[in-house]
Amino acid sequence: MLLRRLPLSLLIILGLVILTLTAASSIVIGPMAISMRDSFTGLSPWASDLPEHIQMVIHQIRLPRTLLCMIVGAILALSGAVMQGLFRNPLAEPGIIGVSAGAALGASLAIVAFAGIGASYPLLMNIAAVPFFAFLGGALTTILVYSLGTSKFGTSVSVMLLAGVAVSALSGAAIGYLSFIADDQMLRDLSLWSMGSLAGATWPSILLAAVTLLLLFIIFMYHAKGLNALLLGEAEAGHLGIDTQKLKRTMIILAAAGVGITVSISGVIGFIGLIIPHLGRMLCGPDHRRLLPLAALLGALLLTAADMVARVVVTPAELPVGIVTAMIGAPFFIYLLFTQRGRM
Amino acid sequence: MTTINSSSAAVSCEHLFLNLGGKQLLDDLSLTIHTGQVTTLLGPNGAGKSSLLKILCGETAYDKSPQSSIHYFGTAQREWPKQKLAGYLGVLPQQSTLSFAFTVKEVAALGLLPLGLAPQQAQSVLSEKMDKTGISHLSERLYPSLSGGEKQRVHLARVLTQISQSKQTILMLDEPTSALDLCHQHNTLNIAREMADAGAAVIVVLHDLNLAAQYSDRIIVLNEGKIQADGTPWQALNETMIKAVYGQQTLVSKHPQADYPVVYAA
Repeated sequence: MLLRRLPLSLLIILGLVILTLTAASSIVIGPMAISMRDSFTGLSPWASDLPEHIQMVIHQIRLPRTLLCMIVGAILALSGAVMQGLFRNPLAEPGIIGVSAGAALGASLAIVAFAGIGASYPLLMNIAAVPFFAFLGGALTTILVYSLGTSKFGTSVSVMLLAGVAVSALSGAAIGYLSFIADDQMLRDLSLWSMGSLAGATWPSILLAAVTLLLLFIIFMYHAKGLNALLLGEAEAGHLGIDTQKLKRTMIILAAAGVGITVSISGVIGFIGLIIPHLGRMLCGPDHRRLLPLAALLGALLLTAADMVARVVVTPAELPVGIVTAMIGAPFFIYLLFTQRGRM
Repeated sequence: MTTINSSSAAVSCEHLFLNLGGKQLLDDLSLTIHTGQVTTLLGPNGAGKSSLLKILCGETAYDKSPQSSIHYFGTAQREWPKQKLAGYLGVLPQQSTLSFAFTVKEVAALGLLPLGLAPQQAQSVLSEKMDKTGISHLSERLYPSLSGGEKQRVHLARVLTQISQSKQTILMLDEPTSALDLCHQHNTLNIAREMADAGAAVIVVLHDLNLAAQYSDRIIVLNEGKIQADGTPWQALNETMIKAVYGQQTLVSKHPQADYPVVYAA
């Protein structure tokens, strides 16, 4: 399943065109019928002749949601790509190895523990405390799985997946318990983590996600060559002059931050970090200098499209977007397991 | 700090100890490896050859002891900045698991990483080393689809590229011939020989006594963590030593066409 490699510039241009079209459709499409013309005039600031409710739907709901989809999708794909490089295994996806579950656990602990503060300072809660604890949960899980499963021959897939099962079970139990003792408001917040949703897009959360994406992208790109060397093995990367301990630490913390912050904003959305880096490698090869920009673009594209599907398949209700990504991702994961079977 | 001594001592270690799980793999071992020579480490399985090589290249740590030390060109191992050392010291791993579909050229090009060459110069160094190791025709092939021997040669090209910009270099090869057929075994060791003739200090771990005899300037035989023999092939490889270390009766005679010993199992 290896395609002929295509030049990165062509892929990026093609990706940007498709992403623009997808984002535009994501703004036009929704339970409330708004014509294409109104949707686009509604986006420009001087379109004051539109009815106020249409303006509101566009500016308060569809535009922020579309932006958040693109940013979260890009972060998930980047974190997935980096984590696979770090674990030297194409199956190391944050959702599968339990990092997302760890982040969800951290987030839900924060929601219950700081319920009092959350009620009086919701903003502080949503863009500081919850993301931070989600990050902590994700980072601790990554460190756990890494130290359990990694040897000089790479990462044992079985250990990695089993660790993921264990952390997911623990996190599921803890979230179950927390929802048992939680009040109604907390319950609504908690149910978000397990399914994933981008409906709660707010401008502060978009800002938080955008800053995260920008920082992650810059630092990951800076370390792209080191990540390439790390694919050879830790000792080999060391002989190439890479400070592997430092690189590993930085990558673990940043990938966990990416996962933690997206989980705190949109819950657990699985498989994007698995499908997209894999697709990216098929299109442009495993070199991180090419893979990372392409993965960010494709991740944005996939989550925007998946969210659009989630919004329209069962109108007027809405599917959690995690269901859509799992429907594409789980069969794909099984396919990858088949191809890796010899190396379990 | 990292000025290079003009002396010919490339790697020197003193009083190394390594105890793993109660087994003394290195027992107060000291030696000096010189530039311009192929030095081969021999010894039975578990004698500590690979452990010694891994310690000499800084991959694993030795047991802490105040008198232990390792120097490259007179400068202590820990005082070399990692990236600078990478330009002087190349290590060919015994086996390398790389499951991502890099092309052959991309893997070899990883050797350019510590160098910071201009693109054009980088290209010419890379193609020279790929020619030398006989992998130019595989350039666009995907690494995971190669045979074990081809993979080994790709890594050799990568390591040669990595140390291509330094005059004085150290090249360490851990059982470089284990996955190779006869022709490529000799090809690889010929490259090692050429590197030494051009001034590099080459350290090879081998199993095959005859390959060692043919290509080495100096053979060091390790057993039970100590040096059992150290000298030219003629000095190091003799029937008594081989019997003592390997427990195998052998017959050592001269190669019919060249001046090095050939070992036959008796």
